[in-house]
Amino acid sequence: MSMREISYGRAGMEALVEEMRRDPTTFHLATDAPPSLVEEFGEERIRATPIAENAFSGIAIGAAGSGFRPIVNWSMVTFCFVAMDQIVNQASKIHYMFGGQQTFPLTFRSSVGGGTSLAAQHSQSPYSMFMNLAGLKLILPSTPHDMKGLLKSAIRDNNPVLSFESSRLMGLKGEVPDEDYTVPIGVADVKREGKDVTVIALAWLVHEALAAAEEMEKEGVSVEVVDPRTLFPLDEDLMRASVQKTGRLVIADEAGPTAGAAAEIAALVTEDAETFKALKAPPKRVCALQVPIPYSPDMENHVFPDRNRIIAGIREVMEAG
Amino acid sequence: MSASPELQRQMLRQMQTIRRFEERASDDYKGGAIYGVVHCYIGEEASAVGICAALNPDDQIISNHRGHGHCIAKGADLNRMMAELYGRVDGFCKGKGGSMHIADFSIGMLGANGIVGGGLSIITGAGLAAQMEGKNRVAVGFFGDGASNAGSFHESLNIAASWKLPVVYVCEHNSWAADTAAKKTHAAENMSDRAAGYGIPGIVVDGNDVLAVYEVAQQAVARARAGEGPTLIECKTYRQRPHTERPGAADRRPEEEKAYWMARDPIPILVDHLKQQQGQFSDEEFKAMDDEIMAEIEASVAYAEASPFPAPEAALDDVFAD
Repeated sequence: MSMREISYGRAGMEALVEEMRRDPTTFHLATDAPPSLVEEFGEERIRATPIAENAFSGIAIGAAGSGFRPIVNWSMVTFCFVAMDQIVNQASKIHYMFGGQQTFPLTFRSSVGGGTSLAAQHSQSPYSMFMNLAGLKLILPSTPHDMKGLLKSAIRDNNPVLSFESSRLMGLKGEVPDEDYTVPIGVADVKREGKDVTVIALAWLVHEALAAAEEMEKEGVSVEVVDPRTLFPLDEDLMRASVQKTGRLVIADEAGPTAGAAAEIAALVTEDAETFKALKAPPKRVCALQVPIPYSPDMENHVFPDRNRIIAGIREVMEAG
Repeated sequence: MSASPELQRQMLRQMQTIRRFEERASDDYKGGAIYGVVHCYIGEEASAVGICAALNPDDQIISNHRGHGHCIAKGADLNRMMAELYGRVDGFCKGKGGSMHIADFSIGMLGANGIVGGGLSIITGAGLAAQMEGKNRVAVGFFGDGASNAGSFHESLNIAASWKLPVVYVCEHNSWAADTAAKKTHAAENMSDRAAGYGIPGIVVDGNDVLAVYEVAQQAVARARAGEGPTLIECKTYRQRPHTERPGAADRRPEEEKAYWMARDPIPILVDHLKQQQGQFSDEEFKAMDDEIMAEIEASVAYAEASPFPAPEAALDDVFAD
């Protein structure tokens, strides 16, 4: 398989362009219509909307229920909150509450995460709010390969899929296959094999966990890094198998801990009797502090977890048993 | 084009069907066979029927929490509607939706919606799909004066107007948002005046005169099909029932206001009109029509009662499509 190196942001663009070429029922709704896309697909399929997220999110639902396969880009996840009625009351429930009589194939893209001094409103990672709803699939890629493959799966899926894309990773380079491929929704990935402790990390923190694993290796601690890649459905089998092997669990997430993805992963992994019996230490969450994200860099860095806090978390579970 | 005598009879039949269906739904709700909540459309039948009479079978509509009338006017099967209210497997939504979520996508009925204003952007999306497909289909959004004050109204009409989408927005202005008077929530006398702000036509019509509604519906639908964009129609009407059928539910509306509108019931208005057209209609004919409708309603209840309840585990089905 021949490979080439592209950025995470580019990978998302390639997935969009290739799927739009592949399927004439796809079209794009966002407050911005990139000229390169308009040039290839025309204004009809690359639609510049008013700043009216509630309406254009609902328009996507209506078009999806009428034979199209819309792709919405909210830009930052922040902006989707004015469309919550359409996401929560409509998109997540419309297939179910009408008895499955119609499919609603649509993708909502948005960037998540902080670290760029954009302050509280524009530095959010609120995916756990959507995990709590039934009826939405959620992807959270951490590499260019996963971004392209997962976004293609999202666009091809016959359900509403929310694609959360890490703003810190937009420039990250990585290899992708030249030919068409997809990454299945609901399948986690072992980003590094290890035997002493499992770090389940999300998005940007996958890379921080890999850096932490390098450090710990020097101390003779073998760290396994697991990337769930999709938050709904969660690949509980792979995560449990990893923890059964290592006996220790650290979960790293850029969001706050309260009722977050890390909390759900901890519960899902350890409520399984076999996995629980294999635990040598209590699970440890390494998350952002539970505050809105501040602007000034030193404060912002203090709030977010990083490789050092992951290392501290690993040491804690190693020392605990 | 004015409605032919035959079409007028069809409209009368539909209006009376809506009324009889809802009278039965209300009774069976109060009797315990129908669960949750039931919102009756009784008194507003001329709006749904007059608008839908101007539509083709492949045109699409969306409704709100008060949706039985829109379903019936678009041609939904009474048996499957009643089965849905009864929570049975043969209901349109297999018992997952109930009164507030009846949908039949096969006839272009994109669903009753329990969120006030929630359907406006969805039907705008159906209009966009129609425009992109180029099949000359029209999308119609029914909503109330309450929804006209929600942000989704503004956002949807603005986009539909900007993109010249083939959508007809039908505001059924019954002067009450649940138990709050419209005059306390918007200052303008006519909600349709807002259309000017979007650069589209806004039309006020007597929503209890089905023939008048049909006339303006045809204009709006023709405009949409011609690619000239959306129209906002405001049907002035009134619900004869409280907001819900829940026993003891509040109804704060003044008695004189109710009496005014009860005297303007849309069904007798059309019956009188048919009678005045010499030789067109008689009380006996209306009685015979009503008897047939009552038999259909009885049959729908029998169908619903014969349909099994869904297995409890069916609650896990249809969360996701394959």
